[in-house]
Amino acid sequence: MQKFFARNFAGYAFLTPWLIGFFLLSIGPILASFYLGFTKYNVVRPPQWIGLDNYAYMLQFDQRFWKALQVTFTFVVVSVPLKLIFALGVAMALDKGIRAIGWYRALFYLPSILGGSIAVAILWRQLFNYDGVINSALSLIGIDGPYWLSDPKFSLWTLVVLAVWQFGSPMLIFLAGLRAIPQELYEAAEIDAASPSKKFFAITVPLLAPVIFFNLVLQMIEAFKSFSGAFIISGGTGAPLDSLLFFTVYLYNEAFSFLRMGYASALAWVLLLIIALFTAIAFWTSKYWVHYENERG
Amino acid sequence: MIYPLLWMLASSLKPDNQIFGDLGLWPREFRWDNYTKGWNALPVSFTTFFWNSTVVTVLSVIGNVISCSFAAYAFARLEFSGKTIWFGLMMMTLMIPYHVVLIPQYLLFLQLGWVDTYLPLIVPKFLAGEAFFIFLMIQFFRQLPRELDEAAMIDGCSPFKIYWAIIMPLSLPAMATAAIFSFIWTWEDFLGPLVYLNDQADYTVPLALRSFISSDGVSQYGAMFAMSILSILPILLFFIIFQRLIIRGIAMSGLK
Repeated sequence: MQKFFARNFAGYAFLTPWLIGFFLLSIGPILASFYLGFTKYNVVRPPQWIGLDNYAYMLQFDQRFWKALQVTFTFVVVSVPLKLIFALGVAMALDKGIRAIGWYRALFYLPSILGGSIAVAILWRQLFNYDGVINSALSLIGIDGPYWLSDPKFSLWTLVVLAVWQFGSPMLIFLAGLRAIPQELYEAAEIDAASPSKKFFAITVPLLAPVIFFNLVLQMIEAFKSFSGAFIISGGTGAPLDSLLFFTVYLYNEAFSFLRMGYASALAWVLLLIIALFTAIAFWTSKYWVHYENERG
Repeated sequence: MIYPLLWMLASSLKPDNQIFGDLGLWPREFRWDNYTKGWNALPVSFTTFFWNSTVVTVLSVIGNVISCSFAAYAFARLEFSGKTIWFGLMMMTLMIPYHVVLIPQYLLFLQLGWVDTYLPLIVPKFLAGEAFFIFLMIQFFRQLPRELDEAAMIDGCSPFKIYWAIIMPLSLPAMATAAIFSFIWTWEDFLGPLVYLNDQADYTVPLALRSFISSDGVSQYGAMFAMSILSILPILLFFIIFQRLIIRGIAMSGLK
């Protein structure tokens, strides 16, 4: 017993802060939110068990839930691929070894680092105002720009543009991946007079597949969770006409504006399951298109 | 790419009626007083907001670096039973969206009477809540030669001494990367303060900026942009100074 204690003491001593955090702030809350998802709870009165009612209501009657799903899916499906394509394109351009490359990298990365800041969300609101900069630029080429922010047909696209603008971190990861591709492969392809597109699809994409996959999963999870931009630009409510009702915005409002903690917990679990499902799908399909170098076959 | 940011900077110096629709970046007349007007535009001045943000951020950075490096040291360099299980659970927390734990955490802090204080924003940082940083440091610690620990052990060093005198000094790049990102994320954090702080005198800078736009009839656009610029200034400074380190950290770990 004493020996067991002596052998393990240091490890657990160093792990103590994390262990406390894990039980009190991670696993405890996860279990608690699972439980609360089956209750009606407004903070003032104790939680009242209602079984699956929250989930049944959500799926059958709650149109805002479906709207939030639709908005979030649209955002993820459109913004993530666009962002990755942009990131890869810029990474390939920078990989050519132009001068002052460090500066370009830094400039392209800057928007990402400011990504979560409220200042940028506020800036975006003003850029896309009806009499803002975007429409002034459009009017120069004779286009009468729409009401980007108050027309539900367009409002989501302003957030897509914001997300794509912040392509810096996948770009840097692509850049590191591109550097790892042996130049001899391209030289050999050149001898065979391969076209640029052939080189791209026969060398770059397959060898970069693990990095593409990594970026895809990471950006997808980020996109599902994004909050501040939609919250600020929609004035905290998902307006106009719920066109910016991101899942996280809906969850926030249910929990903290209407104090429907039970229902919001059920929503949180749905978000968790969706993210887990999409990650699982990505991993499952990756078998067919991602091959790692040190793997046989 | 950075035109929107330059436009924000330019707008912070323009008179209100020249901001909209003006694509140009050079103000026709400089309005430096946008900054002083913005600083005092809310009932509480930005001196308070910047001080609040600084307190929360500095304590969070310290908490993150200490507690995450503790956990990383245990996972990377120490042997103890149950290690693989805990490691697996730690990696699992990487994937859990904050929104799932948000409500129970809020209820817990409400019970403790911590709502409307900075404790819910700071205490979790001392409990190694940011699995990303643990992961980053583990990767770094693993590269250090094992012989160092063994030699020190033979010389009679305790694990804590090894952590403090060998691992920490050799891991300054990893510590600095974690500290920088911890700084930036905490400084920018919006959801946490939004949930836990209700009294305007307690607001951090992002919350204060938000009340700028939700207060009725914003006509002081120049002042609003001036405060926006100031709010991102610390991040910009960090970025300029530590640019290389940040970029290396991203490429290495895939942080956002």
